[in-house]
Amino acid sequence: MIVADKKPIEEIIEEVKNNEKILILGCNECVTVCEAGGKKEVGVLASALRMYFLNQSKEVKIDEITLERQCDHEYLEEIRDVMDQYDAVVSIACGVGVQFMAEKYHSTPIYPGVDTCFLGVTEERGLWTERCQACGHCILASTGGICPIARCAKRVLNGPCGGSAKGKCEIDKEIDCAWQLIIDRLEALDRLDEYEALCPLKDWSTDRAGGPRKVVREDVQQ
Amino acid sequence: MRLQYPSNIKIILIPCTGKVDVLYILRAFEKGADGVYVVGCLEGDCFFNNGNFRARKRVEQAQKILDAIGVGGERAQMYNLSSSEAPRFVQIAIEMDEKIRALGPNPIKAAKQKAA
Repeated sequence: MIVADKKPIEEIIEEVKNNEKILILGCNECVTVCEAGGKKEVGVLASALRMYFLNQSKEVKIDEITLERQCDHEYLEEIRDVMDQYDAVVSIACGVGVQFMAEKYHSTPIYPGVDTCFLGVTEERGLWTERCQACGHCILASTGGICPIARCAKRVLNGPCGGSAKGKCEIDKEIDCAWQLIIDRLEALDRLDEYEALCPLKDWSTDRAGGPRKVVREDVQQ
Repeated sequence: MRLQYPSNIKIILIPCTGKVDVLYILRAFEKGADGVYVVGCLEGDCFFNNGNFRARKRVEQAQKILDAIGVGGERAQMYNLSSSEAPRFVQIAIEMDEKIRALGPNPIKAAKQKAA
């Protein structure tokens, strides 16, 4: 999932302080799971903003809506009828949602309410960690299901590097060396011989090096 | 024991303080409460193991938000005591009552009355 973190309320106040009718727009998907932008967080942010503006003697209307997703046309269309009621929207979906909202509702300012961080997993409640950098060409088949692009600080493809010590990375003793994890996993799979095979140069044109990317699937297009 | 505690304190019963959400605390202030305190079981004595620890974290979250919006985080507090400590319950009630009286009324309440 896409992992996001809450923005400090002071930053959100600074974004919207000159507006009088504000919609707080949540998303029921990834940001709900990482407890940054779901229905509950919409409620908390809206309540805090209402109190802030009241305390400043400003009359500001703050409404709450949480959509199923903010990255698909059909869900964003659900609010078309009410959008003219607002001067601004604080979207607490990921950066994708914020941008798609801005594209769809061109004349309404859309402000981000979360900081979008990475593609990751919930290791435990309150702890999310990165697993994928969406490089566009998956090599997990040859690395025992552990990604050196996302989990190695240097993105080393034939590792480990000299900075690996006791299974940890030199940049932080709490970070596992991705290549140690790969070796341990290949050993557990009894495929350690695959570790000897050199990984060829990676085609980075599918990563950000090629600019903004797109996936075109003519077979499912209408 | 029939002990007396300040009559301005409204008790809201919940099955476990683990049920308390940040939003409950914020909504109480939005509706005009001058202070909110959560009274949970003693730490380590929660029937559900960690309900009171969760409540403490949520009170701390609410305090941060209340500080950020100018209401004052000290208006929300968390206390722990056992169900057999009636005198301690009264002591906490008096302590909280005095603390909130010293802070004055919830500024949101005054702002709402002014706006109306």
